[in-house]
Amino acid sequence: MLFFLETVISGLMAGVMYSLVALGFVLIFKASGIFNFAQGVFALFAGLALYDFIAEDGWFYDLFGFALPVWLGIIATMGVMVIVAWLVERLVLRHLVNQEPIILFMSTIGLAYFLEGVGDILFGSDVKPLDIGLPQGASDYLLDNYNLYVEKLEVVAAVVAAVLVIVLAIFFQKTRIGRALRAVADDHQAALSVGISLRTIWVIVWSVSGFVALVAGIMWGSKSGIQFSLSLIALKALPVLILGGFTSVPGAIIGGLIIGVGEKVAEVYAGPFVGGAIENWFAYMLALVFLLIRPQGLFGEKIIERV
Amino acid sequence: MRLKLLTKALAVAAVAMPLTTAVADAAELTIPGTIYRTGPYAPNGIPWANGIADYYAMLNERDGGIEGTKINYVECETAYNTKQGVECYENTKGVGSGALVYQPMSTGITYQLIPKATEDKIPVFSMGYGRTSAANGKVFPYVFNMPATYWDQASVFVKYAGEKEGGMDKLKGKKIALVYHNSAYGKEPIRTLEELSKKHGFDLMLLAVDHPGQEQKATWLQIRRERPDWVFMWGWGVMNQVAIKEASSIRYPMDHFIGVWWSGSENDVTPAGEDAHGYLSATFHASGDNFRAHDDIKKFVYDKGKGHGDRDRIGEVLYNRGVVAAMWTSEAIRNAMRIHNTKTPTSEQVRDGFESLNVDAKRLAVLGLEGFTYPIQVTCENHTGPGKVALQQWDAKKGEWSLVTDFYSSDRDVIDKLIADDSMAYAKENNITPRTCN
Repeated sequence: MLFFLETVISGLMAGVMYSLVALGFVLIFKASGIFNFAQGVFALFAGLALYDFIAEDGWFYDLFGFALPVWLGIIATMGVMVIVAWLVERLVLRHLVNQEPIILFMSTIGLAYFLEGVGDILFGSDVKPLDIGLPQGASDYLLDNYNLYVEKLEVVAAVVAAVLVIVLAIFFQKTRIGRALRAVADDHQAALSVGISLRTIWVIVWSVSGFVALVAGIMWGSKSGIQFSLSLIALKALPVLILGGFTSVPGAIIGGLIIGVGEKVAEVYAGPFVGGAIENWFAYMLALVFLLIRPQGLFGEKIIERV
Repeated sequence: MRLKLLTKALAVAAVAMPLTTAVADAAELTIPGTIYRTGPYAPNGIPWANGIADYYAMLNERDGGIEGTKINYVECETAYNTKQGVECYENTKGVGSGALVYQPMSTGITYQLIPKATEDKIPVFSMGYGRTSAANGKVFPYVFNMPATYWDQASVFVKYAGEKEGGMDKLKGKKIALVYHNSAYGKEPIRTLEELSKKHGFDLMLLAVDHPGQEQKATWLQIRRERPDWVFMWGWGVMNQVAIKEASSIRYPMDHFIGVWWSGSENDVTPAGEDAHGYLSATFHASGDNFRAHDDIKKFVYDKGKGHGDRDRIGEVLYNRGVVAAMWTSEAIRNAMRIHNTKTPTSEQVRDGFESLNVDAKRLAVLGLEGFTYPIQVTCENHTGPGKVALQQWDAKKGEWSLVTDFYSSDRDVIDKLIADDSMAYAKENNITPRTCN
């Protein structure tokens, strides 16, 4: 029973890590209807930039002879992500207004490859061990007293995700910009007609998504070091999105939790009977089942098509 | 730091090179390198590729190549992708006067190249990776996998575990887990471990990890539940770093956790910090840069600004793996030149050079690599050579690997039979009549 509990808790925690990536997708899709395939690369790029600001073998240290403190590094990285968002709007999105969603999606695939290449050239391909002081390893207290294995980093990730969701909810519901974002998401033309600048909104939403990517990059980077395989975590977010819905922030969290628990329980209890390594495809299978029952996902907007 | 930019530029140039070197000087020795400096496995691919490129560059600068004939080393980027690797092979095999040898740097690519290269009569040197049963030179005349195979490593790991438990008979009833990359590479040791588990009576637990291995919680939960006495790992890239961290998190003893030699570089242990202290991995060569060959690389390559990587990373485990690969390759070419009395051997002649390769301790000393690795001798029947494996241990405080065992020999009774069975099955499937070796 204790082991089952451990499996479920580990699944929930892993799910939170997936949700952090999925959130970035949701934000952009919600505000612009674009499925940003480059979100995983955004997390990688943000992680790489952060490392180079704060590490003694980073290019910032090479140029100025000192490394930035972590908090300043995070702010500087956020600045980089805002610049990236601005460039994306300026060089990509602006030229694709009113294009079919598939065209916009394709452009983000190109963006993913481009950013990965630029990241490689600017920051190198080495593994960068990211240490910003987050707790690592199992919780000794739980392990020693209850023989319960819970990763401290993942608990931090859960707290961060909760804070992030609250902040994003307030941002979307209570602020002027948030309401403008929702207006753009509902109807581009109508939003434009009441004086909302589509371009500004896009820069803002891609910047916010860059911020979420930075958080995801920090969490995943603290776990395994910043390296190019980080871009593949986007693939972990896809079943979460299918399940939670592409337009729902709470959906990204709930979807992540369900996928996390589902895949861990499947791997631990069913895996040994079928040769193991089933968690990746099991997540997609779970998402597929949901897709058949509820195509818009758990919390997605209901699809109504009038003929 | 800015060398990274240069490295990237070189990589890009190298990809384009096959198009431009088709009319290269015929008196060059063309050696394609199917390397990966990009993609999720780049952190490991880069130092390995740098070691190879720097060694050839050193031979060119210091000796004018091999016996005076320049080496035309042609890199082609595969991103550790089998399809791209095969494309690289097709694009580079005709460069200059023709490719002399391939080092695929990937088990998946090796598997694809075995029939192609055999048909084209170009030797494939899959150093310590690839298809283990290619050790049988009678069935695989163009494939060489010295100095040891995955099966040798699996056997040596069991031997080491037995030794630590107080004798091979003490393995009976023990539990050994294999955490492996869910690919052709990762599955290689399974058959050997299954045979050894029957022989010694230990329970074998198989735990596959899907590419790339960023998330392994379920795997390590199972290890936590089953508490195996030993954990062996066949990992690559991020899978290694995550596994070492997870093992530490569940308080698995690091000195009972042994990685294959592709799970034993600085890249694999550094992200885990202090937690990786005591972790073991296989090796067949030393780490560090305190060898004369390394001094020559610095003097003739880096001092002239022709290095392929960062100078301070010379001597890392994977860099040295590149050096030893390039050393054996160049020695095989030198041997081919001697046997056939030519300065420009063909790929078939280079195969002969591999097949009678004998790099003994004396020769290693001449090459400036005394004690760097063990002597090897390859024959027509045996394309693996000695099959010896040592274990190294990571000291997180000093930040260095050190050898903690001698070079063990593997269990030949088990391995030789497996090689014979597997290679003969391959021969039957592919209608190959094994050649005779006289």
